[in-house]
Amino acid sequence: MQALTNRAKIMERKPMTFLESIYLWNIFKGMMITFSHIFKKQPTIHYPEQTRPFSPVFRGLHVLNRDEEGRERCTACGLCAVACPAEAITMEAAERLPGEENLYREEKYAARYEINMLRCIFCGLCEEACPKDAIYLSETFAPASFTRQSFIYGKKDLLIPDVTKQPLEFAEAKGIKN
Amino acid sequence: MTTLLAIDWALLTEKLILIAIIIFASLGIALYMTYGERKVAGILQDRPGPNRAGPFGIFQPFADGLKLIMKEEIIPDTSNKALFILGPGLAMSAALMTCAVVPWGDHVELFGRNIALQIADINVGILYVFAVVSVGVYGIMIGGWASNNKFSLLAALRGASQAISYELAMGLSLIAVLMTTGTLQLGEIVKQQMAPGHLWNIAYQPLAFIIFLVCAFAECNRTPFDLPEAESELNQGYHQEYSSMKLGFYLFSEYINMFISSAIMVTLFFGGYDVPFLNESLLSPNIAALVGIIALMTKIVCFIFFFMWVRWTIPRFRYDQLMNLGWKKLVPLALANMLITGAVILLWFNK
Ligand code: SF4
Ligand code: SF4
Repeated sequence: MQALTNRAKIMERKPMTFLESIYLWNIFKGMMITFSHIFKKQPTIHYPEQTRPFSPVFRGLHVLNRDEEGRERCTACGLCAVACPAEAITMEAAERLPGEENLYREEKYAARYEINMLRCIFCGLCEEACPKDAIYLSETFAPASFTRQSFIYGKKDLLIPDVTKQPLEFAEAKGIKN
Repeated sequence: MTTLLAIDWALLTEKLILIAIIIFASLGIALYMTYGERKVAGILQDRPGPNRAGPFGIFQPFADGLKLIMKEEIIPDTSNKALFILGPGLAMSAALMTCAVVPWGDHVELFGRNIALQIADINVGILYVFAVVSVGVYGIMIGGWASNNKFSLLAALRGASQAISYELAMGLSLIAVLMTTGTLQLGEIVKQQMAPGHLWNIAYQPLAFIIFLVCAFAECNRTPFDLPEAESELNQGYHQEYSSMKLGFYLFSEYINMFISSAIMVTLFFGGYDVPFLNESLLSPNIAALVGIIALMTKIVCFIFFFMWVRWTIPRFRYDQLMNLGWKKLVPLALANMLITGAVILLWFNK
């Protein structure tokens, strides 16, 4: 058979000589190889202190967006839930009452909006399905936790802070460092 | 009546204190050897090793120990309970007993007394080491058998046969050394190597040293001879059924064994507490003893690093390779070495 790489070696199957069969020389060679690795650069990323940059198309935890005036964009149309292949999204719709115009952009809004992060496969289809630009995948990922319940993220966890009321938190959520 | 009570109490306390120091030092060193092992493994594999518990991870051994102690203590229902508990204790005490004859230094002068830094300089020092090392096999044997688990039993059998085979080559290689030293007393062997104009024994008996080294690996059940705990084929080996601190004892005794065998190798072949090119008799005894202990420890640490380095370089031998190496290679080599040494001594030096 033709070799695919030029690294292939013809193996000899001669019986070992006495010196070979006490392995010492070959062990010594191997030990020199491991010794040389003491001086190699370690590729380790010391995680909590150092992080690896994400690619620009990284799909992480979801964010429910607001518009410029700080109103929630989601209208609870349910398209994201339909699009979701993992069936991770549930929501309950509610009607906007008079006087709540500054809270919700549309006449109908999501009173409850939950994503089960254990089911979610971070495919981003919800983001693509949304007609209102209400849901985005950010560049963070779900932190570890001890209970399954804590992986069901509600509106409290998902909604981005209001730019008009909490500019600092908003900036933090956006990852804008001052 | 008075003669009966004439125990040298000072000597007794002195020895007891020495024993306590040496045991705690061995345990402490073994504790940090686990850390060293993980660190060395990491560095040889291009990664940092444990570095979270304290600066550079130096509290890691305590975290590991705490974890082991906190684990549930399980004694299998069908095991032989007494032997099951005896096993780890035996392994541990056999590992610790060897340090009785290692000369850790020359002597110190404290409170007007001349205290030898060796618990017992018995005239059959090396034989004592061999005897205790052989007892160490019982730790594995008993533990493996009492677990009533077929994997443990197989591992114990392997361990026993391996230890017995390699003890033979080890003994034979030492006979050549003993022919050149002419004594079994470890303190005496070190003094000979310290004498001016006399090199370390490694210079006279390199082959014996290599054979002894290989056998020491086998006796300590270190890779490449860690067949008794071959995870890949015997689950965990002889300590499969053990948990909590009993498992800890087994793991720990391996490190103590490694420490002691390094000490023995240094004593026999590398001049013990001798510092090369330094005439210790010119220093005051206490300083000489301190320098000696530091020298001995440095040499031991080098050996321990060597043990770890080998472990993280080569894979485990197959069982037939192990037996081949022991019986067909090391024993004949040791015999030849013995014969040549004897002939040279007889014909050259006409002793
Ligand atoms: S990212 Fe994909 S899996 Fe996750 S909620 Fe959106 S659609 Fe569902
Ligand atoms: S996030 Fe978008 S797609 Fe999903 S319910 Fe709200 S508006 Fe509809």
